[in-house]
Amino acid sequence: MRITCPLCGERDRREFYYKGAALALDRPEPDAGAEAWDEHVFLRDNPAGETRDLWYHADGCGAWIVVTRDTVSHAVLETRLAGEAGA
Amino acid sequence: MAELVAKSPCDGLLPLTLGGVTASEADLGTLTMVLPYCGRQKALSQALQAAHGMAFPAPNRATGKAGARGLWFGREGALLAGPDPDPALAEHAALSDQSDAWAAVRLEGAGAEDVLARLVPVDLRAAVFKRGHTVCSQVAHMSGSVTRVGERAFMILVFRSMAATLVHDLKTAMEAVAARG
Repeated sequence: MRITCPLCGERDRREFYYKGAALALDRPEPDAGAEAWDEHVFLRDNPAGETRDLWYHADGCGAWIVVTRDTVSHAVLETRLAGEAGA
Repeated sequence: MAELVAKSPCDGLLPLTLGGVTASEADLGTLTMVLPYCGRQKALSQALQAAHGMAFPAPNRATGKAGARGLWFGREGALLAGPDPDPALAEHAALSDQSDAWAAVRLEGAGAEDVLARLVPVDLRAAVFKRGHTVCSQVAHMSGSVTRVGERAFMILVFRSMAATLVHDLKTAMEAVAARG
């Protein structure tokens, strides 16, 4: 698997650290209520198909990257710097 | 009071020549991490140009020349290698002295690309990785920086604590390349 870092270009997967679903970008408001926070903290989808997660270019430029990929085909569909991806 | 003697990171380990490839320790001078403040990258680049004759390097690029280089060193960061940083830079960037933090090795020879091909998961062949190009990637299993400094010469930087590991991995790769004849 290869991931295209928006800064470094296409790199081997071994340079990256996998964080998990790209949650940090859609954090609920502090007063959003227990249900919203319960879902944010504990409830994950496990899609067979397109997913959006955060990877860290640990052995590279040190950027956090939002990777949109397909868990069935392993295709990497889009990569963006987390700092520029917004919510 | 004990007499303290400064040793270079690869003291006693290099130089090493195998199969026409030579690894030797490089003394890059003062190493300063330069981290531009928000929105100040352009002003910083101008200050770098005025003080040290180099622009702030774009991603995957190195600026300057031997003795005073600017290496792109990750997201929004560059390593100034050579001169002591001009105080004017501090107006635009956070500066951190890292002179004692890095081991620098120059790898030179006709087979240098083949040696690095065994260690670095990035295409470093001359057709795509030219002089003035740099990467932040892995060297064996270490985080490192690799820069092309000549037609057949590369500069490799890893954390100083990894100097012996770097030399070991380079030696293993150089032996393997040399064995192929």
